[in-house]
Amino acid sequence: MTTTTETTNATATATGTATLTLAKSITAGLRRSMQDDDKVILLGEDIGKLGGVFRVTDGLQAEFGTDRVVDTPLAESGIIGMSVGLAMRGYRPVAEIQFDGFIYPGFDQIVSQVAKLHYRSRGAVRMPITIRVPFGGGIGSVEHHSESPEAYFAHTAGLRVVSCSNPQDAYDMLREAIASDDPVMFFEPKRRYWSKGEVNFEPEETLPLSRARVVSPGSDVTLVAYGPLVATAKDAVAAAADDGVSIELIDLRSIAPIDFDTVAASVRKTGRLVITHEAAQSGGIGGEIAASITERSFNWLEAAPARVTGFDTPYPPAALEEHFLPDLDRILDAVDRVLGRPNSLSDWED
Amino acid sequence: MLRTTVSNSSDSEVDLLDDRDYVQLIDAEGRRHANPTLDRWIADVSDDQLADLYEDMVVVRRIDVEATALQRQGELGLWPPLLGQEAAQIGSARALRDDDFIMPSYRENGVAYCRNVPLDDLVRVWRGHAHGSWDPTEYRMAIPAVIIGAQTLHAVGYGVGVRMDGADSAVITYFGDGATSQGDTNEAMIFAATYNAPVVFFCQNNHWAISEPVRLQAAKHISERAPGYGIPSIRVDGNDVLAVMAATRIALDRAHRGGGPTFIEAVTYRMGPHTTSDDPTRYRSAEELAEWKAKDPITRLEKYFEDKGIFTDELKARVKAKADSVAAEFRAGCKEMVEPETMSVFDFVQIEANPVLERQRAQYAAYLANFEGED
Repeated sequence: MTTTTETTNATATATGTATLTLAKSITAGLRRSMQDDDKVILLGEDIGKLGGVFRVTDGLQAEFGTDRVVDTPLAESGIIGMSVGLAMRGYRPVAEIQFDGFIYPGFDQIVSQVAKLHYRSRGAVRMPITIRVPFGGGIGSVEHHSESPEAYFAHTAGLRVVSCSNPQDAYDMLREAIASDDPVMFFEPKRRYWSKGEVNFEPEETLPLSRARVVSPGSDVTLVAYGPLVATAKDAVAAAADDGVSIELIDLRSIAPIDFDTVAASVRKTGRLVITHEAAQSGGIGGEIAASITERSFNWLEAAPARVTGFDTPYPPAALEEHFLPDLDRILDAVDRVLGRPNSLSDWED
Repeated sequence: MLRTTVSNSSDSEVDLLDDRDYVQLIDAEGRRHANPTLDRWIADVSDDQLADLYEDMVVVRRIDVEATALQRQGELGLWPPLLGQEAAQIGSARALRDDDFIMPSYRENGVAYCRNVPLDDLVRVWRGHAHGSWDPTEYRMAIPAVIIGAQTLHAVGYGVGVRMDGADSAVITYFGDGATSQGDTNEAMIFAATYNAPVVFFCQNNHWAISEPVRLQAAKHISERAPGYGIPSIRVDGNDVLAVMAATRIALDRAHRGGGPTFIEAVTYRMGPHTTSDDPTRYRSAEELAEWKAKDPITRLEKYFEDKGIFTDELKARVKAKADSVAAEFRAGCKEMVEPETMSVFDFVQIEANPVLERQRAQYAAYLANFEGED
């Protein structure tokens, strides 16, 4: 396959394919969206000259100017509220929240304005806003820099909530998020920013943003993951295969709405369901998937669904995060549980 | 003594804030005070036009009375009266250019009236039929913001967009004294100053945020804060329609010419309750209310007209006829409003298909179908 990379030419449209880190594929997606639509504007803290603390917007201000790549004062509610006004004026803002744990000052504007203005105005107002949030742990950071707040937003009507797990999806999903007339919370798996993959800049076909992807087919257990844990789940699939267990891995991609059709179709085949995410268990996405699949597909289930999640604790200090984060062995333990094999909870009684 | 200034096209604007609490052109007794700086901004306002402003104020007060009665009769769930704030709303709204955009709170019924928002749309929210009831693009006025101060940030974003479009229109955002304690309002002033956004921050200091007096929000005049953000401010008698119009025109002129944001503190008084659910007798004195009734924005204009000998029977009859007809239309529009359809509860959540929500819609429809044929 011919590989051409023209991303070094600032004004040219990237064509063909290239091997990129996930972070750079987001950069490429932003660039392409800005080239395609001059109403696309980026706002955030340190996104201009610095290119963002993760360098995701590196070079974009030089290329598109300070009007379209806007460094903002340090006020998240201000960033989101300003995006609302820009959207009302016909712009398509892409707001960057520097870290997951910094989003809460902007929470009111997100849930009361961004999410609800279409409904509140009986359809007269559109909020084509994308809110990019680097999220999740595993990078040994200080507090408020490793959180997974996606469930708060998935619980809010009017928001689409998505997370990418690989460079191609990052590029495609971001472009669709920005092009969407609905507001999209775009959660970026920050510990996978540096993982590389091939990116086709002009894919003939992309999976719609609201659809889950079956990453690898299997017959014994359905494993659902999203964002940073898809890579971990892939390792679990490989390890289980060595053990003779066939796992069907689903990359959820869309956290709201959840593609239950894809998950249910898989569970009706395997009869067993494991869900994993970094966010705390109670009130989390895993519980919603377990409940909904149980409602829809109870008669196909061979075992109770299992969740492998962060604990109901604040995100711990870096020295303890390996215990908080779901890993290969904890996922395999849950796989054993749904298969009725010996596992860490074999003798557990409630 | 105010330390605030108006750094406008003319340095002389500074004079207006020299040693008075606020700027004023028509006082509570209907006396017209010359003010060389302010006067030139309303020099074109003839007595006929002043009579039109008077009519607007009487009409929106009448809408208020009508709405309050409708609430008492069970036709409305709630109503936020603007009683006492007519001059602040009419004076500012009538200063706007047609292409200026409005980001209101929920009490700006007088402003909406000036924008020709249909009368039944003024009341649809309060009848519980919708959260917002008009197309902001059509009326250049956003739907009411109930979250206190949230709309100020929207004004900044909209204003930045206006400038990026190469347009020279302005955005005016309305909020109360309570909103000036919100982070959003303060962030909005920071952002507006940073981006030199064409925004008029129009604070109706009506002295009460439900039961909380303005002194709980501000230790000094609210208008004194803005200069700290780099935004010039004007403190104006909010019950003086002419002074409000002049101040708003100054601010709009700055915005239209690329001069950036301006802050107006219109000192007024909420003579009624916060909403029809409120009981102000629990927290404020009859003496205070009486004191402000003496500064009524409508009465002072009537005194002014009387002194000039132009408060004619013809004018009185005209204004009464207009108020009567608006009130009748308003009342009829309210009572004849068609209830929203049941299944519309699912409408306008999102634009793109949401299969999870569609499933809920279908299941609820199936549930409702169970009752078909029953009484």
